[in-house]
Amino acid sequence: MGMDSDLFCEGLVRRFGSNAAVDHVSLDVPAGTFFSILGPSGCGKTTLLRLLAGFDKPDEGDIHIRGQRMNDVPPNRRPVNMVFQHLALFPTMSVGDNIGYGLKRRKMPLAERRKRIARVLEQVGLPDLEHRNPQELSGGQRQRVALARCLVLEPTLLLLDEPLGALDLKLREQMKVELKHLQKQFGTTFVYITHDQSEAMVMSDQVAVMRDGRFDQVAPPEELYREPATPFVAGFVGDNNRLSGELVSVRDNLAELRLDDGVLVQGRVASDNLQAGHRAELYIRPESLVLSGDALSAGYSSMQAKVRTTLFDGANSRVEAETCGQPVYARLPQDGSAPRLSADSSIRLAWNPALARVFGADSL
Amino acid sequence: MHSVMQQPFKTAVLILVWGWLLFLVLAPNLLVVGASVMTRDPVSFLSLPLNLDAYRQLFDPLYLEVFLHSLYMAAMTTLVCLLIGYPFAWALSKVGKQRQLILIFLLIVPFWTNSLVRTYALKLILATNGLLNSALMSIGLIDEPLQLLYTEGAVIIGLVYLLLPFMILPLYSVFEDLKQELLLASHDLGAGRFSTFVHVIVPLTLPGVLAGVMLVLLPAMGLFFVPDILGGSRNLLVGNVIKNQFLDARNWPFGAAASIVLTVTMAFLMFAHRLSKRRIGEEGA
Repeated sequence: MGMDSDLFCEGLVRRFGSNAAVDHVSLDVPAGTFFSILGPSGCGKTTLLRLLAGFDKPDEGDIHIRGQRMNDVPPNRRPVNMVFQHLALFPTMSVGDNIGYGLKRRKMPLAERRKRIARVLEQVGLPDLEHRNPQELSGGQRQRVALARCLVLEPTLLLLDEPLGALDLKLREQMKVELKHLQKQFGTTFVYITHDQSEAMVMSDQVAVMRDGRFDQVAPPEELYREPATPFVAGFVGDNNRLSGELVSVRDNLAELRLDDGVLVQGRVASDNLQAGHRAELYIRPESLVLSGDALSAGYSSMQAKVRTTLFDGANSRVEAETCGQPVYARLPQDGSAPRLSADSSIRLAWNPALARVFGADSL
Repeated sequence: MHSVMQQPFKTAVLILVWGWLLFLVLAPNLLVVGASVMTRDPVSFLSLPLNLDAYRQLFDPLYLEVFLHSLYMAAMTTLVCLLIGYPFAWALSKVGKQRQLILIFLLIVPFWTNSLVRTYALKLILATNGLLNSALMSIGLIDEPLQLLYTEGAVIIGLVYLLLPFMILPLYSVFEDLKQELLLASHDLGAGRFSTFVHVIVPLTLPGVLAGVMLVLLPAMGLFFVPDILGGSRNLLVGNVIKNQFLDARNWPFGAAASIVLTVTMAFLMFAHRLSKRRIGEEGA
C-alpha cells in the first residue's frame, strides 16, 4: 500500500446470485488524484462505487481509506461523500441548508456553519445563492451546489456517479473543464464513474477501464489511448478501426497480418498470444490513417479501400471506406490537403506500423 | 378537419359539466344559503322575513360546545389515522409490486359494502355481549364486559375505521415518489436514521400528510350516522346537529346556517392546504 494512498482496495468482490458484479478489483489511488472508472453500463462500476460509499458491503476483499479499513464503517461515518447521479439535492431546503446539512449533523455551531457555507459557495463560483431553492437554479448551478455540499465536509474521497449525464452537451463540455479545475483547487481525491470516455479522458489523472466486473487497464488517459492493453480498451477508448486477418510473422516487435483479401499489413505487437497462422486483429485509429496518392513513406503499411461516403464534421471530418467488407474510417484533414472523394472511388490508406496495435484474436 | 368532429362533442361535454355544476352544485348551495337567512315556519318549514337569527343561534354556548367536541373527536380520529396510516403507507411503498397490489386491493374492498352496514357490523363487535367482549372474557383478560359502545372511543373507532383508507392513499402516493437517492444522500452526509427521518422524510411526505388530514378531518365532522349508531346521545358531531335540525327539530334555517358554517370552515382549510402545497409540495419536481 502506497504511503499517501487515499484509497486502497484489494480483491474486492460483490456477487449478486451467481453473477459477480465486482470481480476481484484492486486499486490504489494516490492522494489528490482525479481517478475515473470508465465502462459500459452493466460493467459493475456503480456497484463498485456503492461499496466505496458504504451503501453496500463487499463479499470479499478490503477497502482502506488513508490506511483505515472501512469495510464495517457505515456511510455516515466514512470520510467519503458522494455526488449522486441525479444530484439528490433536498428540494425542501434552501441551497444554504443543503450545503449546511452535513455540517449540522456534525453539530457545528451556526456562526461557523454560515462562514463555511459562504466560503464554499464562493469557491464553486455561486456566491449569494445561499437563500435560493435548488429548483430555481440552472442545471450547472445545481451541479456546483451538489459538489459544494460534499466539499464543505472536506472528505478524504469524493465519489461522483455520472453527475454530468443529465446536462446538455454544451454545458457538459463546460462542466468537464470546471470539475477538473475544482478538483485541482480543492486537492480532494475524486473517484468519478462514467460510461462516457471523453469525460474520463478530459478530466482524469488515471482511468480504470472496467468490463464485466474487472479492470482491463488502469493508466493515464494518454497511455490508454496510445497503448491500449486489450482489444476492448482499444475499441472502447476513442474511435478505432479493426482489421482482422491471419498472422504471418512476428519480427522485432512488429507483427505482419494477411488481411482477408490477401494484402499484407503491419502493426506493433500488443499481446503475447500471437502465433503465426492464427487469427489476429489490427487496431489503427482514424487519425493515424493517411490518404496517400502514390508517394509512400518508407516502412508504411497500406491497403486499398473503396469510398462509401464522406462525413463532414469540421475538424472531425472523416471518410467512411470499405475493405474486405469491413468499414474503415479515416480522418479527412480540412486544411485543403485532402483530395476530393466520390463514392465508390478507390483510395489507398497508409499508416505508420508503430501506430497500429495487433492483438491475438482470442486475447480478451 | 378534426374540429368538425370534435366541436359537437366538446360542446356536449361542456354543457354537461356546466349544467351539472349549475343545477346540482351551485343551485342547491344557493338554496341552503337562502334557507339560512329565512324564518322557521312550522307548516311550510320556511317563511319570510329574512334575518340572521339562525347564525346568531350558532353562538349559543350549547352549540359551540357541540362544535368543539365534534372538532375534538375529528382531530383525535385524524391523529389515530395518521399514526396508523403513516407507517402503513411507508411499508406499503416498500413491499414488492405484487404484494402492493394485493394490499391496495384489500384496502379498497370495504368500500364495496355500504358504510352504514359496516358501522352496524362494528356495533356487533363492540356491544356489551359482542364479539370483542366475549373474546376478551374467554381468554380471561377481563371478568365483566367492558362498556365499549356508546362512548366517545366507540365513535372514534368507527370514524377511524371508515376514514383510514383516505389517510393511507395520499400518504402512499408521496412515499412512492420519495426518491431513494435523497435518503442515501442524507446518510452519506452524516445523518443517522432518526435525523434522516426528521429532516428529510417528514418534510418530503408533508404534502401527503396534509392531504390525508384534509380527507379525514373534514368528513369526520360530518359522518352523522357513526355517532347515531355507536355514540349514544352525548357524542354528537356537527353532522348530527345539522341532520337533527332538518329531520327532527324541523328548524331548517338553523340547520342551513350550520351547514354553511361547516362548508366555509372546510373551504378555508382546503384553501390553506392549497397554499401550503404551493409552498412545499410542488417544489419536489
